[in-house]
Amino acid sequence: MDRIPILKMGQFLLVTIQIDLYDRLAVNLESDLVQMVSKTGARGVLIDISALTIVDSFMGRILGNIGSMSKIMDAETVVVGMQPAVAITLIELGLELQGVSTALNVEKGMLFLQERIGNQNEPADDEDGTE
Amino acid sequence: MNQLMMKTVLNKAIMKIEKEQDVVPFRNRVKEFATKIGMSLVNQTKLITAASELVRNMLKYANGGSVVIEIISGERDNGIRLTFDDKGPGIKDIALALKDGFSTGKSLGIGLPGAKRLVSEFDIKSVVGKGTVVTIIKWKNG
Repeated sequence: MDRIPILKMGQFLLVTIQIDLYDRLAVNLESDLVQMVSKTGARGVLIDISALTIVDSFMGRILGNIGSMSKIMDAETVVVGMQPAVAITLIELGLELQGVSTALNVEKGMLFLQERIGNQNEPADDEDGTE
Repeated sequence: MNQLMMKTVLNKAIMKIEKEQDVVPFRNRVKEFATKIGMSLVNQTKLITAASELVRNMLKYANGGSVVIEIISGERDNGIRLTFDDKGPGIKDIALALKDGFSTGKSLGIGLPGAKRLVSEFDIKSVVGKGTVVTIIKWKNG
């Protein structure tokens, strides 16, 4: 069974979705991520969707679910890298991704998470740190 | 005769949708057709997203079906026409099914009305107990 890899980096989990997901894969990602948040005590989840050419209502719901579930598990979620055409389509479709934070790219997403979480013990990339 | 049917067909493919793994190849095929006529990326994305919603409905409520993908020539523009044909339970109240937020399943209820908003032309015919046919057209610049 295919799986989307989840990388742990400090107190964050990183997911880069590089293929268009079929439903089962997306559902697996949702449960894998929540398990990982619980197992690692991660405080933030960053999901890079820059390679996704479409986000339909199903995928949108999965992203929303991940955000809500992580929140309950005390982790922030940020979705980064949405293509402009995808954003235009999502709004016209009627999906506003409420409850999910977004950032333009991975770098800004990481900054967002660090600010949200207070940059407690994240040694990497401290030139932009807010100590 | 339905207006959506009376168009010159330039190219055609039929795809069977039987399981969820068929969805991604189907979307790629639609993209191939849309690229062929030079459809803009935004319109392609809208078309493929609408197609994805409709094909998901077909799998969820009718256990699959088939889709005809066509390049058609209109008065001013070429376009892509997709015809989703299933032998599912049919839709009792189409007006209700097209309302935002209505769903008999556990979904958000934006699939059908959302798909309609994303395309240039939208037609749905359904007979309870027989099946549903949804036809959409996205014009190249529409």
